[in-house]
Amino acid sequence: MIRIRGLTKRLGTKQVLDGVDLDIGKGESVVVMGRSGTGKSVLLKHVIGLMTPDQGSIEIDGQEIVGLKEHDLDEVRKRFGMLFQGAALFDSLTVGENVGLALREHQRLDEREVRRRVAERLEWVGLSGVEDMKPASLSGGMRKRVGLARAIAMDPQVILYDEPTTGLDPIMADVIDQLIRGLQRRLGVTTVVVTHDLVSAYKLADRIAMLHDGKVVFTGTVDETRHTQDPLVRQFVQGSSQGPIAV
Amino acid sequence: MQEDLALRGARYLRRRAFDWIAEVGRVTLLIGELFRFLAPGLRSFGLVIQQMGSIGVGSLWLVVVVSLFTGAVAAVQAAYQFSTVVPLKFLGAVILRSVIIELGPVLTGLVVGGRVGASIAAELGTMKVTEQIDALRAMAIHPVRYLVVPRVVASIVMLPIMVVFANAIAIFGGFVVAVTSIGVSAHTYVIGLKQFFYLKDLYSGLLKAFFFGGIIGTMGCHYGFATEGGAEGVGLATTRAVVASCVLILISDYVLAHMLFRFIFAS
Repeated sequence: MIRIRGLTKRLGTKQVLDGVDLDIGKGESVVVMGRSGTGKSVLLKHVIGLMTPDQGSIEIDGQEIVGLKEHDLDEVRKRFGMLFQGAALFDSLTVGENVGLALREHQRLDEREVRRRVAERLEWVGLSGVEDMKPASLSGGMRKRVGLARAIAMDPQVILYDEPTTGLDPIMADVIDQLIRGLQRRLGVTTVVVTHDLVSAYKLADRIAMLHDGKVVFTGTVDETRHTQDPLVRQFVQGSSQGPIAV
Repeated sequence: MQEDLALRGARYLRRRAFDWIAEVGRVTLLIGELFRFLAPGLRSFGLVIQQMGSIGVGSLWLVVVVSLFTGAVAAVQAAYQFSTVVPLKFLGAVILRSVIIELGPVLTGLVVGGRVGASIAAELGTMKVTEQIDALRAMAIHPVRYLVVPRVVASIVMLPIMVVFANAIAIFGGFVVAVTSIGVSAHTYVIGLKQFFYLKDLYSGLLKAFFFGGIIGTMGCHYGFATEGGAEGVGLATTRAVVASCVLILISDYVLAHMLFRFIFAS
């Protein structure tokens, strides 16, 4: 479904991505983990075409998206949903307008159908009846759930999550994790999560990839990650400041 | 030592020149995208109407106050400069022409440029640093179509309308001062207005307002989109948008005045 090869990106003087290779299968849930600042979010933004790589290739269902024109890229993006780190809700719109924006922009649905779908998606994330609220009046957890409802509004084939549980209390983080896993099973969507939260990673992943120094240095199942002898992964999993990962 | 200083100075100037050229290039690209997305952007007419309300109605009281006192000051200054040289019966005519050709469009442009340019840059800048612009693109909604077209079109439409208001209020302000404190009769003031009213003066002012509206909307959007970092970046973008709008309004005012009154309306 998603095939990344030799992806490189330099931002300023820093080589953020330095030859990333990663395959993500259809319907699979892959968690990309790594320390803060290792380029996890940058990788995610490349997958949806928000950033252009210096070199490398990204194929979505066999279609190369690097070098596509914005218009063609938009057609690819319509198959994606994305939850941003801070939810990135539009402050000037209500919750209902946020969730229904893509539907109103891209699908010729009558207003009643848009409202029905918005209410349904909000119900899926456990937030019925908040359509008229403004994002500013929502808590952090509610914002993430509204962001999630917005990400699934268009029935995407792939959902990208950028640090979905960062800044949430452990209980709300678990609620979000369960929602993500539930949606993946319910909709059969391909899921890519970037996080440095190991608890979430173990709950969400079919497969975990670790990003370090701009490269994917490890991929494996949750069990393989837990029991690997790879010193980089072990240091990260154990949360130790001693080891090959320089602090 | 002095040579080193000169070299550093030259390097600094060269870097600033390149930065400036790059800035002009980015604004040109934005204008190109604006034209490209003009038709699809206008299909979301509700967004344009919403911006027209925010830009026009929101700025109306500011424009009313500024125009009222501009007209009043114009009356006082004209009366003082006329003294014994020019009869006061021309007071209305002088206020009328100075207001509709120059003071109305330029002062409205500067005031609205300050308020609206800052507001657009701050709004889009905040959207940029909180990833809302990325979210739009991720939803296959082009930010230029959804954000820039409505704002620039609304600025271009609303500024001439506000200038008409500003002209009327400034002339009224001049009238109040002329009648109450300078001693010109209402009849004389109105005769002066009628005698020296030329439609081309009004058109020239409105044409200027049209361009000023475009400058305000475009600069606000450009600096909003160029915002980097957090709150500091938003503040910087806001300041730059206002400064650029004001400077470009004054420069384009000269260029337009030159073209209009030296060539187009010269005869």
